[in-house]
Amino acid sequence: MTGFRPGRLLLQLSCLLIAIWLVAPTLVVIPMSFADRKSLAFPPQGFSTQWYANFFSNPQWFGSLVVSLKIAAMVAVVATVIGTMAAIGIERLKTRAGGIIRVVLLTPMIVPGVVLAVGIYAVYLDTRLVGTWTGYVLAHTLLAIPFVVIAVGANLAVFDERLETAAASLGASRLTTFFTVTLPLILPGILSGALFAFVTSFDEVIVSLFITSPQLKTLPVQIFSSMTRDADPTVAAVGSLIFLATTLIIGLGLIIGLRRRGA
Amino acid sequence: MSVLTGRAPRGALLLTLPAIAVLLLVMAVPFGVIVLRSFAEPVPGLANYVWFFQTPVNLTVLARTFTIAFWVTACCVLVAYPYAFAMSIAGPRLRLALIMCVLVPFWVSGVVRTLAWVILLQDSGVINRILLALGFEKVRLIRTQLGVTIGMTQVLLPFMIMPLYAVMRGIDLRLLQAARSLGAHPVKSFFQIYLPLSLPGVFAGATLVFILSLGFYITPLLLGGPQSTMLSTLIQQQVLSLLSWGRGGAMGVVLLVATFGVLALAGPFMRRSYQISGGSR
Repeated sequence: MTGFRPGRLLLQLSCLLIAIWLVAPTLVVIPMSFADRKSLAFPPQGFSTQWYANFFSNPQWFGSLVVSLKIAAMVAVVATVIGTMAAIGIERLKTRAGGIIRVVLLTPMIVPGVVLAVGIYAVYLDTRLVGTWTGYVLAHTLLAIPFVVIAVGANLAVFDERLETAAASLGASRLTTFFTVTLPLILPGILSGALFAFVTSFDEVIVSLFITSPQLKTLPVQIFSSMTRDADPTVAAVGSLIFLATTLIIGLGLIIGLRRRGA
Repeated sequence: MSVLTGRAPRGALLLTLPAIAVLLLVMAVPFGVIVLRSFAEPVPGLANYVWFFQTPVNLTVLARTFTIAFWVTACCVLVAYPYAFAMSIAGPRLRLALIMCVLVPFWVSGVVRTLAWVILLQDSGVINRILLALGFEKVRLIRTQLGVTIGMTQVLLPFMIMPLYAVMRGIDLRLLQAARSLGAHPVKSFFQIYLPLSLPGVFAGATLVFILSLGFYITPLLLGGPQSTMLSTLIQQQVLSLLSWGRGGAMGVVLLVATFGVLALAGPFMRRSYQISGGSR
């Protein structure tokens, strides 16, 4: 497309601006996290690392990080097992019913968060699940299942079923076939589903805001209440740490994926 | 008999059972409770719905929710289209960089991104400082509808870019070359060939962004003010502050109906545009 120069330049320029607009706003939390006064005025005056120190030493902050990590790890396990089973079931059904079940299992992604949160809160009040580990894990699992179903389903769609038939014809039992043939081949989908489930739980805030308790609080809830209470740059320090961790994980994942495809 | 090709639909159904159980317990039952309470509290009947549709404030907020969702969707389409197009034609390295720019904000929690927008949009924030330095007057951004729209567009943009990119990646660019070799102007071949082929992606992304916008909560709450309240905030106020489960429930049902209504309306369009594109999937 050599005769298309002016259009090309315009496209490149607008993409650069959009890329900056996507990434740059989030970056302001990094300089903000080194502020030396308790204020969110930007640009910050002076330099200090006291907000990072506060995050790691204050039990309110560090405790909520530990709670979030534990819940996210449990959700990653539970949602991945349940979601993978469902994805295999849907693939095996191969009928209209399978398609309908798939659509139904994806609905938690699009239902309005507050309506879901209010409903869950009502049910949890009656069943004494407010502010409990079980309550958090159940609610986050609901929200994480769609991501696992999508990730594993995508992998199953390109899986060659004749491999299973071959294993069976050689005398392998169904369980042996699953663990030695199917599972290793769909493992990439399962792993990315688990990662999605972990992040979904770790980031979830709306339902958590309703079912939280002072004794059991997740990190996003702590960030949210700090933001609505006062201008504490500790939120910027947490934000910077989350941003850094996310970039590293995605960057590594993409590079490994690209290498493997190239090899 | 193998796990995937086995001919036992009952076994396959059993495998989906745990997921369906979670869905029933943690989504269907809660929604049922909300619907029930909206008709039953404080007295049985339609009182909560009559109240909702007869209170001007509620109608204003409902209309505003749809207006904001419309503008966010429109902005997302305009911004995502050239970006997704560039992703679909870029070389592997550039594409990786462009994908990173979409995925990183997508994975960083919404609360953190909203915090960034609070810092940027506040009255003494970065944007207003730049405007002042350029000789313009200060603009009120935080606690306004404009601020909410800007923040929501950026948070929701990945949901528009990804479906659009998925469709554009499958479009055969040789069609454009063919049109050009037959003498069509690039602008004409874009509007007659490329745009119609990419419409399924536009519809899918726009529907997703619109639906998610209708129920958005955190961003409007932190970036908005009394003049930019959306329906979600009103529901939360009814339930948590006023302890009025009936009225809050009725509002929730209205929001649910709106969400699934939009989905039902958009469904046929998505299918039709798939047919236009000639694709079977």
